[in-house]
Amino acid sequence: MNRNKRAKIADNIATIFLYIIAILVIVLLTSITVYLVYRGIKSYIPKYMSFSPDGLGIQLFNTLYMVLLSIIISAPLGICAGIYMAEYAKPSKLTDIVRMSIETLASLPSIVVGIFGFLVFVMLTHSTWNMFAGVLTLSILCVPLLTRVTEDGLNEIDQSMKEGSYALGATKWQTIVHVLLPAILPRLVTGIILAAGRGFGEAAALIYTAGLTSDVSFSNWNPSSITSPLNIFRTSDTLAVRIWYLKGFAINPDKYQIADMAAAMLIILVFIFNIGARITGRVIERKMIGSSAIKSKKKSKIN
Amino acid sequence: MRSKFKTEYMGRTVVTVVGLMIIAITLLITVFLVQKGAQTFTVLKYSVSQFFTDTKWDPFMSADDPKGSVGALTFIIGSIYVSFLALLFATPFAVACAIFITEISPKYGKKMLQPAVEIFVGIPSVVYGWLGFSVLCPFIAKIFNMPFGGEGLLSAAIVLSVMIFPTITTVAIDSIRNVPSEYKQASYGLGATRLQMIWHTSLPAAKQGILTGIVLGLARAFGEALAVSMVIGNKITIPKNILSRTSTLTTIIANQMGSAPDGTGMADSIWSMGLLLFVISFLFILMIRIIGKEREDKGAEK
Repeated sequence: MNRNKRAKIADNIATIFLYIIAILVIVLLTSITVYLVYRGIKSYIPKYMSFSPDGLGIQLFNTLYMVLLSIIISAPLGICAGIYMAEYAKPSKLTDIVRMSIETLASLPSIVVGIFGFLVFVMLTHSTWNMFAGVLTLSILCVPLLTRVTEDGLNEIDQSMKEGSYALGATKWQTIVHVLLPAILPRLVTGIILAAGRGFGEAAALIYTAGLTSDVSFSNWNPSSITSPLNIFRTSDTLAVRIWYLKGFAINPDKYQIADMAAAMLIILVFIFNIGARITGRVIERKMIGSSAIKSKKKSKIN
Repeated sequence: MRSKFKTEYMGRTVVTVVGLMIIAITLLITVFLVQKGAQTFTVLKYSVSQFFTDTKWDPFMSADDPKGSVGALTFIIGSIYVSFLALLFATPFAVACAIFITEISPKYGKKMLQPAVEIFVGIPSVVYGWLGFSVLCPFIAKIFNMPFGGEGLLSAAIVLSVMIFPTITTVAIDSIRNVPSEYKQASYGLGATRLQMIWHTSLPAAKQGILTGIVLGLARAFGEALAVSMVIGNKITIPKNILSRTSTLTTIIANQMGSAPDGTGMADSIWSMGLLLFVISFLFILMIRIIGKEREDKGAEK
């Protein structure tokens, strides 16, 4: 009996211990965010949010613009590769190589992708740091994420859905486009938003491709002019790159306040995107299933 | 009836071409990195053994040493120290949180802890680096009485451990959750307490999954550049103790690539380090595959 008692005491101690760790982690994680946002707000003065050289407006614009462009490039590629892997690739050596390639791409340190981008998109094209090189480098980072999301989604679809489509005389491709892709649309949207989130925070891949500064005039919207915000061949720094630059190279006296502000903005962006991804995924799912189906789903859960 | 080309072959061709393109991109990265990284040894004729065993990285040509030296051992050791230290800090917490979420309190775990952990995967690494530089480093400097600031191995390892913690936790959660509930019930049926069940049944059964998470965390720690660079001090010496300033493979690339003129020993040795990082991350993938295969084999036996 003594042994049982000891085991029970050990069990209780372990439970308490695990509760403490869990609470500690939650407190740590929330205090990190709250503190960062607090410091951002504390150092806020209107100048920092402006489009002047001291402000972060340019970087915010660059961040959104570059992420948008890289999603436009990487989403079709990633989704197509995912479809190929899940539906067309037969188990063979070649498929194995593609899978290995995707895994390797996904796990490459972003600084390595960054210097690859520097070599291929900057040095070999005889240009200097430019936004387009950064966008292409970001796309290399996003493609494997989207491939994985698509492939996983397609693999989890119920076989009966496919069979139903085939029975109606659809070809494999028609089944993919009209049945399977709509079925995994919520996951795809979530995946794209999360990939965008990765793009926002990326800096190591951009410091040698898109550059550390931007020289932009927001009164000039002619895309072919080098100072236009829309021009994709100008240098362009994102919020994340700005933090790196301010910490390492900047000389203005209020650089740390600007960096605090940029960090807070990034955190808020990440939260908006994470929560946005969850909500959008759920809304699309609900729309597609239809409210009656959700009701019956709930009912079957109760039963 | 529409032609089969439109309804099937066109789409199939497009996705197959894209699939092949992914291989092409990976191959391209491999070829370029190997070609650039090998130049240090093939064109500039530095010795490979110097790269791996010399701690002196001084590729600037001087009068008494016309070639300089490209020893990368300092950076290799720095990378290994900082990422294993981070792993040491992060793993116990990550596994404990995974156990909490799956076995102790799935209700609170799923509602609060897991979403929190998942959101933290997405926080940009420079933000962690910035927080480390502006909050952690002054704190460490105060505790250990470091007059020149708290940048060093310990700060970098702590920042990294916060970064890799969510990675390990999410993978560990999945693998503990996948342990068949029959195992757990059998364990309880034999009179085990919850702790005994977790310790003797859940964790051993989820071992491979947790290991995969640890390797993924290690890979992330190894590859992180800017956050580490902001807090490690960037001194090119082998760390004497846990507070020493040092450099890693990634930080030297992030800091020196921009100022290295193309074709010099400096630039090429940095490319060699990039190649080394590429090879290491490939080895991590292989490790994860081997661990995964072991799990499959085990499953087949049963």
